[in-house]
Amino acid sequence: MSVALEIKGLKKTYADGFQALKGIDLHVRQGDFFALLGPNGAGKSTTLGILTSVVSKSAGSVCIMGHDIDQDFQQAKQCLGVVPQEFNFNQFEKVFDILVTQGGYYGLSRALAKQRAEKYLRKLDLWDKRDTISRTLSGGMKRRLMIARALVHEPQLLVLDEPTAGVDIELRRSMWEFLTEVNDEGTTIILTTHYLEEAESLCRNIAIIDEGQIIENTSMKSLLRKLTREIFIFDTRNALQAPLELPGFTARIMDDNMLEVEIEVGKEQSLNKLFTLFDGAGIEVTSMRNKSNRLEEMFVNLLKPGNIVGYDKPAEDPMVVPNAAASSGAAS
Amino acid sequence: MNMAIQWVSFKTIVVKEVRRFMRIWVQTLVPPAITIALYFVIFGSLIGSRIGQMGGYDYMQFVVPGLIMMAVIQNSYGNVVSSFYGTKFQGNIEELLVSPTAEVTILLGYLAGGVLRGLAVGGIVTVLALFFTDLSVESWPITISMVLMTAVVFSIAGFLNAMYANSFDDISIIPTFVLTPMIYLGGVFYSVDLLPDFWAKVSLANPILYMVNGFRYGILGVSDVSLGVSYFMLTLFMLGGFGFAMYLLTRGEKLRS
Ligand SMILES: Nc1ncnc2c1ncn2[C@@H]1O[C@H](COP(=O)(O)OP(=O)(O)O)[C@@H](O)[C@H]1O
Ligand SMILES: [Mg+2]
Repeated sequence: MSVALEIKGLKKTYADGFQALKGIDLHVRQGDFFALLGPNGAGKSTTLGILTSVVSKSAGSVCIMGHDIDQDFQQAKQCLGVVPQEFNFNQFEKVFDILVTQGGYYGLSRALAKQRAEKYLRKLDLWDKRDTISRTLSGGMKRRLMIARALVHEPQLLVLDEPTAGVDIELRRSMWEFLTEVNDEGTTIILTTHYLEEAESLCRNIAIIDEGQIIENTSMKSLLRKLTREIFIFDTRNALQAPLELPGFTARIMDDNMLEVEIEVGKEQSLNKLFTLFDGAGIEVTSMRNKSNRLEEMFVNLLKPGNIVGYDKPAEDPMVVPNAAASSGAAS
Repeated sequence: MNMAIQWVSFKTIVVKEVRRFMRIWVQTLVPPAITIALYFVIFGSLIGSRIGQMGGYDYMQFVVPGLIMMAVIQNSYGNVVSSFYGTKFQGNIEELLVSPTAEVTILLGYLAGGVLRGLAVGGIVTVLALFFTDLSVESWPITISMVLMTAVVFSIAGFLNAMYANSFDDISIIPTFVLTPMIYLGGVFYSVDLLPDFWAKVSLANPILYMVNGFRYGILGVSDVSLGVSYFMLTLFMLGGFGFAMYLLTRGEKLRS
Protein backbone atom coordinates (compact mmCIF):
# COMPACT_ATOMS: atom_id res chain seq x y z
CA MET A 1 0.00 0.00 0.00
CA SER A 2 1.31 3.45 -0.76
CA VAL A 3 2.23 6.08 1.75
CA ALA A 4 0.04 9.03 2.66
CA LEU A 5 2.48 10.68 5.02
CA GLU A 6 6.15 10.15 5.58
CA ILE A 7 7.93 12.20 8.21
CA LYS A 8 11.65 11.79 8.78
CA GLY A 9 13.85 13.30 11.46
CA LEU A 10 11.50 16.19 12.09
CA LYS A 11 12.78 18.76 14.54
CA LYS A 12 11.41 22.09 15.62
CA THR A 13 13.00 24.75 17.77
CA TYR A 14 10.79 27.80 18.26
CA ALA A 15 12.13 31.35 18.10
CA ASP A 16 12.37 31.48 21.91
CA GLY A 17 14.78 28.54 21.82
CA PHE A 18 12.28 25.93 23.01
CA GLN A 19 12.71 22.57 21.29
CA ALA A 20 9.17 21.30 20.68
CA LEU A 21 10.12 18.35 18.43
CA LYS A 22 13.25 16.33 19.00
CA GLY A 23 13.39 14.24 15.85
CA ILE A 24 10.15 12.58 14.84
CA ASP A 25 9.61 9.78 12.35
CA LEU A 26 6.12 8.85 11.25
CA HIS A 27 4.74 6.70 8.52
CA VAL A 28 1.05 6.69 7.69
CA ARG A 29 -0.33 4.44 4.98
CA GLN A 30 -2.98 5.48 2.51
CA GLY A 31 -6.48 4.76 3.73
CA ASP A 32 -5.37 4.64 7.34
CA PHE A 33 -7.16 6.20 10.27
CA PHE A 34 -4.26 7.32 12.40
CA ALA A 35 -4.12 8.86 15.86
CA LEU A 36 -1.37 11.04 17.21
CA LEU A 37 -1.97 10.83 20.91
CA GLY A 38 -0.28 12.82 23.61
CA PRO A 39 -0.81 15.13 26.54
CA ASN A 40 -1.00 18.89 26.14
CA GLY A 41 2.27 20.42 25.08
CA ALA A 42 3.60 17.13 23.66
CA GLY A 43 4.12 18.61 20.19
CA LYS A 44 1.02 17.42 18.34
CA SER A 45 0.00 20.81 16.99
CA THR A 46 3.59 21.60 16.14
CA THR A 47 3.82 18.40 14.08
CA LEU A 48 0.59 19.11 12.22
CA GLY A 49 1.58 22.76 11.88
CA ILE A 50 4.72 21.74 10.03
CA LEU A 51 3.01 19.38 7.66
CA THR A 52 0.37 22.01 6.88
CA SER A 53 3.08 24.68 6.49
CA VAL A 54 1.89 27.12 9.13
CA VAL A 55 4.93 26.29 11.24
CA SER A 56 8.39 26.19 9.68
CA LYS A 57 10.53 23.18 10.50
CA SER A 58 14.06 23.29 11.82
CA ALA A 59 15.17 19.95 10.37
CA GLY A 60 13.84 16.84 8.69
CA SER A 61 11.55 16.10 5.76
CA VAL A 62 7.84 15.68 5.17
CA CYS A 63 6.25 13.92 2.19
CA ILE A 64 2.50 14.06 1.60
CA MET A 65 1.17 11.57 -0.93
CA GLY A 66 4.70 11.29 -2.26
CA HIS A 67 5.16 15.05 -2.65
CA ASP A 68 7.92 16.67 -0.64
CA ILE A 69 6.51 19.78 1.06
CA ASP A 70 9.64 21.75 0.19
CA GLN A 71 10.01 20.75 -3.42
CA ASP A 72 6.42 20.12 -4.61
CA PHE A 73 4.60 22.33 -2.16
CA GLN A 74 1.65 22.93 -4.46
CA GLN A 75 0.93 19.26 -5.12
CA ALA A 76 1.52 18.42 -1.47
CA LYS A 77 -0.91 21.08 -0.31
CA GLN A 78 -3.50 20.17 -2.90
CA CYS A 79 -3.69 16.67 -1.36
CA LEU A 80 -4.14 17.99 2.13
CA GLY A 81 -7.19 19.13 4.10
CA VAL A 82 -6.67 20.78 7.47
CA VAL A 83 -8.85 21.23 10.53
CA PRO A 84 -6.80 23.32 12.96
CA GLN A 85 -7.12 23.31 16.72
CA GLU A 86 -8.13 26.99 16.95
CA PHE A 87 -10.98 28.59 15.04
CA ASN A 88 -9.33 30.49 12.24
CA PHE A 89 -12.04 31.29 9.72
CA ASN A 90 -13.08 34.85 9.03
CA GLN A 91 -15.46 35.75 11.84
CA PHE A 92 -17.28 38.33 9.76
CA GLU A 93 -18.10 36.20 6.77
CA LYS A 94 -21.06 34.00 6.04
CA VAL A 95 -20.68 30.26 6.39
CA PHE A 96 -21.34 29.62 2.71
CA ASP A 97 -18.88 32.29 1.54
CA ILE A 98 -16.13 30.86 3.74
CA LEU A 99 -16.42 27.52 1.96
CA VAL A 100 -16.64 29.00 -1.52
CA THR A 101 -13.58 31.16 -0.88
CA GLN A 102 -11.72 28.13 0.42
CA GLY A 103 -12.56 26.27 -2.80
CA GLY A 104 -11.10 29.15 -4.76
CA TYR A 105 -7.82 28.94 -2.87
CA TYR A 106 -7.53 25.38 -4.16
CA GLY A 107 -8.31 26.37 -7.73
CA LEU A 108 -11.93 25.19 -7.89
CA SER A 109 -14.14 27.12 -10.27
CA ARG A 110 -16.76 29.21 -8.51
CA ALA A 111 -19.55 26.94 -9.72
CA LEU A 112 -17.80 23.81 -8.45
CA ALA A 113 -16.87 25.51 -5.19
CA LYS A 114 -20.51 26.41 -4.58
CA GLN A 115 -21.61 22.88 -5.36
CA ARG A 116 -19.05 21.43 -2.93
CA ALA A 117 -19.93 23.99 -0.30
CA GLU A 118 -23.54 22.88 -0.44
CA LYS A 119 -22.57 19.21 -0.38
CA TYR A 120 -20.43 19.49 2.74
CA LEU A 121 -22.62 21.97 4.58
CA ARG A 122 -25.47 19.52 4.16
CA LYS A 123 -23.33 16.60 5.32
CA LEU A 124 -22.27 18.48 8.41
CA ASP A 125 -25.74 19.71 9.19
CA LEU A 126 -24.91 23.34 8.57
CA TRP A 127 -26.94 24.00 5.45
CA ASP A 128 -29.56 25.89 7.45
CA LYS A 129 -26.78 28.16 8.68
CA ARG A 130 -25.30 28.93 5.29
CA ASP A 131 -26.18 32.65 5.48
CA THR A 132 -25.18 33.04 9.10
CA ILE A 133 -22.17 35.17 9.99
CA SER A 134 -19.68 32.62 11.29
CA ARG A 135 -18.96 34.48 14.51
CA THR A 136 -22.48 33.83 15.77
CA LEU A 137 -22.33 30.02 15.40
CA SER A 138 -22.14 27.82 18.46
CA GLY A 139 -18.83 26.15 19.33
CA GLY A 140 -19.90 22.81 17.91
CA MET A 141 -21.07 24.41 14.69
CA LYS A 142 -17.77 26.23 14.33
CA ARG A 143 -15.93 22.90 14.61
CA ARG A 144 -18.16 21.40 11.95
CA LEU A 145 -17.66 24.44 9.77
CA MET A 146 -13.91 23.86 9.92
CA ILE A 147 -14.39 20.22 8.94
CA ALA A 148 -16.61 21.18 6.00
CA ARG A 149 -14.06 23.79 4.95
CA ALA A 150 -11.26 21.22 5.00
CA LEU A 151 -13.21 18.92 2.70
CA VAL A 152 -14.28 21.40 0.01
CA HIS A 153 -11.39 20.45 -2.29
CA GLU A 154 -11.83 16.75 -1.41
CA PRO A 155 -8.33 16.09 -0.13
CA GLN A 156 -6.75 12.64 -0.03
CA LEU A 157 -5.31 13.27 3.41
CA LEU A 158 -7.35 14.95 6.12
CA VAL A 159 -5.61 16.09 9.29
CA LEU A 160 -7.54 17.21 12.33
CA ASP A 161 -6.03 18.80 15.40
CA GLU A 162 -8.11 17.87 18.46
CA PRO A 163 -11.36 18.06 16.49
CA THR A 164 -13.57 17.16 19.42
CA ALA A 165 -11.99 19.29 22.13
CA GLY A 166 -14.73 21.14 23.93
CA VAL A 167 -17.47 19.37 22.00
CA ASP A 168 -20.31 17.68 23.88
CA ILE A 169 -20.60 13.88 23.90
CA GLU A 170 -23.50 13.70 21.49
CA LEU A 171 -21.87 15.86 18.86
CA ARG A 172 -18.58 14.07 19.42
CA ARG A 173 -20.22 10.75 18.53
CA SER A 174 -21.79 12.14 15.39
CA MET A 175 -18.46 13.63 14.35
CA TRP A 176 -16.84 10.24 14.86
CA GLU A 177 -19.46 8.64 12.66
CA PHE A 178 -18.92 11.25 10.01
CA LEU A 179 -15.15 10.87 10.06
CA THR A 180 -15.46 7.09 9.86
CA GLU A 181 -17.63 7.55 6.78
CA VAL A 182 -15.08 9.89 5.20
CA ASN A 183 -12.36 7.33 5.93
CA ASP A 184 -14.43 4.49 4.49
CA GLU A 185 -14.72 6.45 1.28
CA GLY A 186 -10.94 6.32 0.97
CA THR A 187 -9.65 9.48 2.64
CA THR A 188 -6.67 8.95 4.91
CA ILE A 189 -7.26 10.59 8.26
CA ILE A 190 -4.79 11.68 10.90
CA LEU A 191 -6.10 13.17 14.08
CA THR A 192 -4.47 14.36 17.23
CA THR A 193 -6.24 13.90 20.49
CA HIS A 194 -5.75 13.55 24.15
CA TYR A 195 -9.06 11.70 24.49
CA LEU A 196 -8.04 8.08 24.65
CA GLU A 197 -11.49 6.78 23.93
CA GLU A 198 -11.44 8.73 20.71
CA ALA A 199 -8.25 7.08 19.52
CA GLU A 200 -9.47 3.67 20.65
CA SER A 201 -12.81 3.79 18.90
CA LEU A 202 -11.71 5.49 15.67
CA CYS A 203 -8.16 4.66 14.81
CA ARG A 204 -6.41 1.63 13.39
CA ASN A 205 -2.91 2.87 14.05
CA ILE A 206 -1.51 5.08 16.69
CA ALA A 207 1.58 7.00 17.65
CA ILE A 208 2.08 8.31 21.13
CA ILE A 209 4.02 11.51 21.45
CA ASP A 210 5.44 13.03 24.59
CA GLU A 211 7.84 15.92 25.04
CA GLY A 212 8.58 16.10 21.34
CA GLN A 213 9.36 12.42 20.89
CA ILE A 214 7.42 9.45 19.58
CA ILE A 215 7.41 6.90 22.39
CA GLU A 216 5.18 4.30 20.76
CA ASN A 217 4.08 3.73 17.17
CA THR A 218 1.99 0.68 16.52
CA SER A 219 -1.42 -0.64 15.64
CA MET A 220 -4.26 -0.01 18.03
CA LYS A 221 -4.73 -3.78 18.36
CA SER A 222 -1.20 -4.59 19.40
CA LEU A 223 -1.20 -1.65 21.74
CA LEU A 224 -4.28 -2.99 23.49
CA ARG A 225 -2.73 -6.46 23.58
CA LYS A 226 0.10 -5.07 25.65
CA LEU A 227 -2.31 -4.24 28.41
CA THR A 228 -1.47 -6.80 31.02
CA ARG A 229 -2.34 -5.06 34.19
CA GLU A 230 -5.69 -3.93 35.40
CA ILE A 231 -7.04 -2.62 38.62
CA PHE A 232 -10.45 -3.79 39.80
CA ILE A 233 -12.59 -2.40 42.53
CA PHE A 234 -14.76 -4.79 44.53
CA ASP A 235 -17.70 -3.87 46.74
CA THR A 236 -18.21 -6.33 49.53
CA ARG A 237 -21.21 -7.21 51.66
CA ASN A 238 -19.27 -7.79 54.84
CA ALA A 239 -16.91 -5.30 56.42
CA LEU A 240 -13.28 -5.78 55.43
CA GLN A 241 -10.58 -6.20 58.00
CA ALA A 242 -6.87 -5.77 57.67
CA PRO A 243 -4.70 -7.67 57.16
CA LEU A 244 -6.19 -9.38 54.11
CA GLU A 245 -4.96 -12.80 53.10
CA LEU A 246 -4.66 -12.56 49.29
CA PRO A 247 -1.24 -14.09 48.54
CA GLY A 248 0.22 -13.03 45.17
CA PHE A 249 -2.06 -10.03 44.71
CA THR A 250 -1.53 -6.40 45.56
CA ALA A 251 -4.65 -5.30 47.36
CA ARG A 252 -5.70 -2.24 49.22
CA ILE A 253 -8.67 -1.66 51.47
CA MET A 254 -10.32 1.58 50.43
CA ASP A 255 -13.03 1.62 53.10
CA ASP A 256 -15.05 -0.90 55.08
CA ASN A 257 -16.79 -2.28 52.03
CA MET A 258 -14.47 -1.45 49.18
CA LEU A 259 -11.37 -3.26 48.00
CA GLU A 260 -8.94 -2.48 45.22
CA VAL A 261 -6.91 -5.28 43.62
CA GLU A 262 -4.28 -5.17 40.92
CA ILE A 263 -4.28 -8.08 38.50
CA GLU A 264 -1.36 -8.81 36.24
CA VAL A 265 -2.19 -11.34 33.56
CA GLY A 266 1.45 -12.14 32.85
CA LYS A 267 2.04 -13.32 36.43
CA GLU A 268 -0.43 -16.19 36.27
CA GLN A 269 -2.95 -14.18 38.16
CA SER A 270 -6.55 -14.51 37.23
CA LEU A 271 -9.93 -13.47 38.51
CA ASN A 272 -10.74 -17.13 39.26
CA LYS A 273 -7.80 -17.35 41.62
CA LEU A 274 -8.80 -14.13 43.23
CA PHE A 275 -12.37 -15.28 43.82
CA THR A 276 -11.11 -18.52 45.31
CA LEU A 277 -9.07 -16.46 47.74
CA PHE A 278 -12.09 -14.28 48.46
CA ASP A 279 -14.08 -17.39 49.30
CA GLY A 280 -11.34 -18.60 51.62
CA ALA A 281 -11.23 -15.27 53.39
CA GLY A 282 -15.02 -15.18 53.68
CA ILE A 283 -15.32 -12.08 51.54
CA GLU A 284 -18.63 -11.79 49.71
CA VAL A 285 -18.44 -9.62 46.58
CA THR A 286 -21.58 -7.74 45.55
CA SER A 287 -20.19 -5.89 42.54
CA MET A 288 -16.95 -5.18 40.71
CA ARG A 289 -15.69 -2.70 38.14
CA ASN A 290 -12.55 -1.48 36.37
CA LYS A 291 -10.87 1.28 38.21
CA SER A 292 -10.15 3.24 35.04
CA ASN A 293 -9.78 3.01 31.32
CA ARG A 294 -7.20 0.37 30.44
CA LEU A 295 -5.59 2.49 27.79
CA GLU A 296 -5.29 5.33 30.21
CA GLU A 297 -3.35 3.18 32.60
CA MET A 298 -0.98 2.10 29.94
CA PHE A 299 -0.59 5.63 28.75
CA VAL A 300 0.45 6.70 32.18
CA ASN A 301 2.96 3.84 32.26
CA LEU A 302 4.41 4.76 28.93
CA LEU A 303 4.85 8.36 29.90
CA LYS A 304 6.38 7.56 33.27
CA PRO A 305 8.10 4.20 33.12
CA GLY A 306 8.09 2.42 36.44
CA ASN A 307 5.83 5.00 37.94
CA ILE A 308 2.16 4.40 38.50
CA VAL A 309 1.18 7.49 40.45
CA GLY A 310 -1.67 7.95 38.03
CA TYR A 311 -3.56 5.12 39.73
CA ASP A 312 -3.98 6.91 42.98
CA LYS A 313 -5.69 9.89 41.53
CA PRO A 314 -7.90 8.89 38.64
CA ALA A 315 -8.68 11.64 36.17
CA GLU A 316 -11.96 13.41 36.80
CA ASP A 317 -12.96 12.92 33.20
CA PRO A 318 -12.25 9.23 32.69
CA MET A 319 -11.45 9.79 29.04
CA VAL A 320 -8.73 12.28 29.69
CA VAL A 321 -5.26 11.23 30.67
CA PRO A 322 -4.21 12.55 34.05
CA ASN A 323 -1.42 14.77 32.68
CA ALA A 324 -3.78 16.43 30.30
CA ALA A 325 -6.72 16.72 32.64
CA ALA A 326 -5.45 19.77 34.43
CA SER A 327 -5.19 21.83 31.30
CA SER A 328 -7.80 20.20 29.06
CA GLY A 329 -10.10 23.15 29.51
CA ALA A 330 -7.70 25.30 27.55
CA ALA A 331 -7.64 22.97 24.61
CA SER A 332 -10.47 24.52 22.65
CA MET B 1 3.75 26.52 -10.41
CA ASN B 2 0.29 25.61 -11.58
CA MET B 3 -0.86 28.86 -13.18
CA ALA B 4 -4.50 27.82 -13.48
CA ILE B 5 -4.79 27.32 -9.72
CA GLN B 6 -2.93 30.55 -9.02
CA TRP B 7 -5.21 32.50 -11.33
CA VAL B 8 -8.37 31.13 -9.69
CA SER B 9 -6.91 31.77 -6.27
CA PHE B 10 -5.95 35.33 -7.22
CA LYS B 11 -9.48 36.03 -8.43
CA THR B 12 -10.85 34.54 -5.23
CA ILE B 13 -8.77 36.87 -3.07
CA VAL B 14 -9.76 39.88 -5.16
CA VAL B 15 -13.46 39.01 -5.01
CA LYS B 16 -13.18 38.48 -1.26
CA GLU B 17 -11.43 41.84 -0.83
CA VAL B 18 -13.92 43.76 -2.96
CA ARG B 19 -16.83 42.14 -1.16
CA ARG B 20 -15.23 43.10 2.13
CA PHE B 21 -15.05 46.81 1.40
CA MET B 22 -18.43 46.81 -0.31
CA ARG B 23 -19.99 45.04 2.67
CA ILE B 24 -18.69 47.67 5.08
CA TRP B 25 -19.18 50.59 2.68
CA VAL B 26 -20.31 52.81 5.53
CA GLN B 27 -16.78 52.51 6.92
CA THR B 28 -14.85 52.29 3.70
CA LEU B 29 -16.51 54.41 1.03
CA VAL B 30 -18.65 57.02 2.76
CA PRO B 31 -16.22 58.66 5.26
CA PRO B 32 -13.53 59.50 2.70
CA ALA B 33 -16.17 60.86 0.34
CA ILE B 34 -17.56 63.13 3.07
CA THR B 35 -14.12 64.30 4.20
CA ILE B 36 -12.97 65.16 0.72
CA ALA B 37 -16.30 66.85 -0.10
CA LEU B 38 -15.74 69.06 2.96
CA TYR B 39 -12.30 69.96 1.65
CA PHE B 40 -13.91 70.93 -1.62
CA VAL B 41 -16.40 73.17 0.18
CA ILE B 42 -13.90 74.77 2.56
CA PHE B 43 -10.68 75.05 0.61
CA GLY B 44 -12.13 75.11 -2.83
CA SER B 45 -15.24 77.25 -2.58
CA LEU B 46 -15.04 79.25 0.65
CA ILE B 47 -11.33 79.99 1.11
CA GLY B 48 -10.27 79.18 -2.40
CA SER B 49 -12.03 82.20 -3.89
CA ARG B 50 -9.86 84.43 -1.68
CA ILE B 51 -6.64 82.62 -2.52
CA GLY B 52 -6.91 83.33 -6.18
CA GLN B 53 -4.54 81.60 -8.55
CA MET B 54 -2.21 78.73 -7.73
CA GLY B 55 0.21 77.38 -10.30
CA GLY B 56 -1.63 79.38 -12.92
CA TYR B 57 -5.07 77.89 -12.16
CA ASP B 58 -8.07 78.68 -9.98
CA TYR B 59 -7.37 77.28 -6.53
CA MET B 60 -10.29 74.90 -6.85
CA GLN B 61 -8.92 73.48 -10.09
CA PHE B 62 -5.49 73.21 -8.53
CA VAL B 63 -6.60 71.46 -5.38
CA VAL B 64 -8.96 68.90 -6.95
CA PRO B 65 -6.26 66.63 -8.41
CA GLY B 66 -4.41 66.78 -5.10
CA LEU B 67 -7.49 65.77 -3.15
CA ILE B 68 -8.34 62.93 -5.51
CA MET B 69 -4.80 61.67 -5.07
CA MET B 70 -5.11 61.99 -1.30
CA ALA B 71 -8.22 59.82 -1.39
CA VAL B 72 -6.49 57.20 -3.53
CA ILE B 73 -3.42 57.10 -1.29
CA GLN B 74 -5.31 56.88 1.99
CA ASN B 75 -7.77 54.29 0.79
CA SER B 76 -5.46 51.89 -0.99
CA TYR B 77 -3.20 52.00 2.05
CA GLY B 78 -6.08 51.72 4.50
CA ASN B 79 -7.70 48.82 2.70
CA VAL B 80 -4.66 46.59 2.63
CA VAL B 81 -3.42 47.43 6.09
CA SER B 82 -6.72 46.72 7.81
CA SER B 83 -7.76 43.77 5.70
CA PHE B 84 -4.43 41.98 5.82
CA TYR B 85 -3.83 42.75 9.47
CA GLY B 86 -7.35 41.54 10.27
CA THR B 87 -6.62 38.34 8.37
CA LYS B 88 -3.40 37.89 10.28
CA PHE B 89 -4.98 38.76 13.62
CA GLN B 90 -7.83 36.26 13.24
CA GLY B 91 -5.43 33.52 12.20
CA ASN B 92 -7.38 33.52 9.00
CA ILE B 93 -4.19 33.87 6.96
CA GLU B 94 -3.65 30.16 7.66
CA GLU B 95 -6.37 29.37 5.13
CA LEU B 96 -4.06 30.78 2.50
CA LEU B 97 -0.82 29.41 3.92
CA VAL B 98 -2.23 25.90 4.03
CA SER B 99 -3.57 26.09 0.48
CA PRO B 100 -1.56 25.79 -2.75
CA THR B 101 -1.84 29.55 -3.22
CA ALA B 102 1.68 30.89 -3.81
CA GLU B 103 3.05 33.83 -1.83
CA VAL B 104 3.17 36.01 -4.91
CA THR B 105 -0.52 35.28 -5.54
CA ILE B 106 -1.41 36.26 -1.97
CA LEU B 107 0.47 39.52 -2.36
CA LEU B 108 -0.99 40.35 -5.78
CA GLY B 109 -4.49 39.53 -4.56
CA TYR B 110 -4.32 41.87 -1.59
CA LEU B 111 -2.67 44.60 -3.65
CA ALA B 112 -5.42 44.35 -6.26
CA GLY B 113 -7.98 44.72 -3.48
CA GLY B 114 -6.22 47.88 -2.26
CA VAL B 115 -5.93 49.33 -5.75
CA LEU B 116 -9.62 48.73 -6.41
CA ARG B 117 -10.63 50.42 -3.18
CA GLY B 118 -8.34 53.35 -3.96
CA LEU B 119 -9.84 53.66 -7.42
CA ALA B 120 -13.38 53.28 -6.11
CA VAL B 121 -12.99 56.13 -3.62
CA GLY B 122 -10.95 58.15 -6.13
CA GLY B 123 -13.84 57.73 -8.57
CA ILE B 124 -16.44 58.81 -6.03
CA VAL B 125 -14.37 61.87 -5.12
CA THR B 126 -13.93 62.75 -8.78
CA VAL B 127 -17.67 62.66 -9.33
CA LEU B 128 -18.17 64.88 -6.26
CA ALA B 129 -15.58 67.29 -7.59
CA LEU B 130 -17.68 67.79 -10.71
CA PHE B 131 -20.27 69.54 -8.53
CA PHE B 132 -17.69 72.19 -7.66
CA THR B 133 -15.64 72.66 -10.79
CA ASP B 134 -15.18 71.62 -14.38
CA LEU B 135 -12.60 68.93 -14.91
CA SER B 136 -10.94 68.49 -18.23
CA VAL B 137 -8.14 66.00 -18.56
CA GLU B 138 -5.00 67.12 -20.34
CA SER B 139 -3.58 63.61 -20.83
CA TRP B 140 -5.50 60.43 -20.07
CA PRO B 141 -2.50 58.06 -20.27
CA ILE B 142 -0.53 60.12 -17.75
CA THR B 143 -3.52 60.60 -15.44
CA ILE B 144 -4.39 56.93 -15.42
CA SER B 145 -0.87 55.58 -15.12
CA MET B 146 -0.12 57.99 -12.26
CA VAL B 147 -3.19 57.07 -10.28
CA LEU B 148 -2.66 53.35 -10.85
CA MET B 149 0.98 53.36 -9.90
CA THR B 150 0.27 55.44 -6.82
CA ALA B 151 -2.48 53.06 -5.74
CA VAL B 152 -0.08 50.13 -6.18
CA VAL B 153 2.70 51.81 -4.20
CA PHE B 154 0.42 52.61 -1.26
CA SER B 155 -1.21 49.21 -1.32
CA ILE B 156 2.26 47.76 -0.95
CA ALA B 157 3.00 50.21 1.86
CA GLY B 158 -0.20 49.14 3.62
CA PHE B 159 0.79 45.50 3.20
CA LEU B 160 4.21 46.10 4.76
CA ASN B 161 2.60 47.95 7.66
CA ALA B 162 0.25 44.99 8.22
CA MET B 163 3.12 42.49 8.06
CA TYR B 164 5.02 44.30 10.80
CA ALA B 165 2.01 45.21 12.92
CA ASN B 166 1.47 43.30 16.14
CA SER B 167 -1.53 45.23 17.38
CA PHE B 168 -4.32 47.43 16.11
CA ASP B 169 -2.34 50.41 17.41
CA ASP B 170 0.44 49.58 15.01
CA ILE B 171 -1.87 49.92 12.05
CA SER B 172 -3.02 53.41 13.01
CA ILE B 173 0.33 54.83 14.10
CA ILE B 174 1.89 54.88 10.66
CA PRO B 175 -1.11 56.45 8.88
CA THR B 176 -1.41 59.12 11.57
CA PHE B 177 2.20 60.00 12.18
CA VAL B 178 3.81 59.28 8.83
CA LEU B 179 1.31 59.11 6.02
CA THR B 180 -0.90 62.09 6.85
CA PRO B 181 1.97 64.59 7.32
CA MET B 182 3.57 63.34 4.10
CA ILE B 183 0.33 63.83 2.21
CA TYR B 184 -0.34 67.30 3.65
CA LEU B 185 3.22 68.39 2.93
CA GLY B 186 3.26 66.63 -0.43
CA GLY B 187 1.87 69.42 -2.54
CA VAL B 188 -1.79 68.48 -2.30
CA PHE B 189 -2.86 71.97 -1.16
CA TYR B 190 -0.11 74.20 -2.49
CA SER B 191 2.58 74.52 -5.07
CA VAL B 192 6.09 74.08 -3.64
CA ASP B 193 7.00 77.29 -5.44
CA LEU B 194 5.33 79.06 -2.53
CA LEU B 195 7.82 77.63 -0.08
CA PRO B 196 11.13 79.26 0.86
CA ASP B 197 13.99 77.70 -1.03
CA PHE B 198 15.10 75.49 1.82
CA TRP B 199 11.68 73.96 2.46
CA ALA B 200 11.06 73.53 -1.23
CA LYS B 201 14.23 71.43 -1.36
CA VAL B 202 13.19 69.43 1.69
CA SER B 203 9.84 68.75 0.04
CA LEU B 204 11.65 67.10 -2.86
CA ALA B 205 12.51 64.24 -0.50
CA ASN B 206 8.82 63.47 -0.09
CA PRO B 207 7.76 60.78 -2.56
CA ILE B 208 4.13 61.88 -2.43
CA LEU B 209 5.11 65.17 -4.01
CA TYR B 210 6.03 63.32 -7.20
CA MET B 211 2.81 61.38 -7.32
CA VAL B 212 0.52 64.33 -6.67
CA ASN B 213 2.37 66.47 -9.19
CA GLY B 214 2.52 63.75 -11.78
CA PHE B 215 -1.23 63.29 -11.49
CA ARG B 216 -1.84 67.03 -11.55
CA TYR B 217 0.22 67.20 -14.71
CA GLY B 218 -2.01 64.57 -16.28
CA ILE B 219 -5.11 66.62 -15.54
CA LEU B 220 -3.96 70.26 -15.73
CA GLY B 221 -0.70 70.02 -17.60
CA VAL B 222 1.29 71.73 -14.81
CA SER B 223 3.67 70.21 -12.31
CA ASP B 224 6.25 71.33 -9.77
CA VAL B 225 8.57 68.49 -10.72
CA SER B 226 9.53 66.79 -13.94
CA LEU B 227 7.32 63.99 -15.14
CA GLY B 228 10.30 61.71 -15.77
CA VAL B 229 11.33 61.96 -12.15
CA SER B 230 7.75 61.17 -11.08
CA TYR B 231 7.67 57.97 -13.12
CA PHE B 232 11.13 57.04 -11.98
CA MET B 233 10.24 57.47 -8.31
CA LEU B 234 6.99 55.54 -8.65
CA THR B 235 8.68 52.66 -10.45
CA LEU B 236 11.42 52.58 -7.85
CA PHE B 237 8.98 52.43 -4.93
CA MET B 238 6.82 49.88 -6.68
CA LEU B 239 9.64 47.45 -7.43
CA GLY B 240 11.47 47.99 -4.17
CA GLY B 241 8.33 47.66 -2.08
CA PHE B 242 7.12 44.61 -3.97
CA GLY B 243 10.49 42.91 -3.63
CA PHE B 244 10.62 43.63 0.06
CA ALA B 245 7.06 42.39 0.63
CA MET B 246 7.89 39.17 -1.24
CA TYR B 247 11.00 38.75 0.85
CA LEU B 248 8.98 39.08 4.06
CA LEU B 249 6.31 36.70 2.78
CA THR B 250 8.62 33.95 1.60
CA ARG B 251 10.90 34.20 4.58
CA GLY B 252 7.65 33.82 6.44
CA GLU B 253 8.92 34.82 9.84
CA LYS B 254 6.05 37.23 10.25
CA LEU B 255 3.37 34.71 9.37
CA ARG B 256 4.76 31.31 10.32
CA SER B 257 6.06 30.45 13.75
N1 LIG C 1 5.01 29.69 18.89
C1 LIG C 1 5.60 29.04 19.90
N2 LIG C 1 6.69 29.54 20.49
C2 LIG C 1 7.30 28.89 21.49
N3 LIG C 1 6.88 27.70 22.00
C3 LIG C 1 5.80 27.16 21.46
C4 LIG C 1 5.09 27.79 20.39
N4 LIG C 1 4.04 26.99 20.05
C5 LIG C 1 4.10 25.93 20.87
N5 LIG C 1 5.13 26.02 21.71
C6 LIG C 1 5.51 25.04 22.75
O1 LIG C 1 5.82 23.83 22.12
C7 LIG C 1 5.32 22.73 22.87
C8 LIG C 1 4.42 21.88 22.01
O2 LIG C 1 3.26 22.61 21.71
P1 LIG C 1 2.10 22.00 20.84
O3 LIG C 1 2.67 21.42 19.61
O4 LIG C 1 1.07 23.06 20.68
O5 LIG C 1 1.57 20.84 21.79
P2 LIG C 1 0.22 19.99 21.72
O6 LIG C 1 -0.52 20.36 20.48
O7 LIG C 1 0.66 18.58 21.75
O8 LIG C 1 -0.57 20.36 22.94
C9 LIG C 1 4.62 23.33 24.07
O9 LIG C 1 5.50 23.28 25.16
C10 LIG C 1 4.36 24.75 23.68
O10 LIG C 1 4.38 25.60 24.80
MG1 LIG D 1 -2.33 21.20 20.26
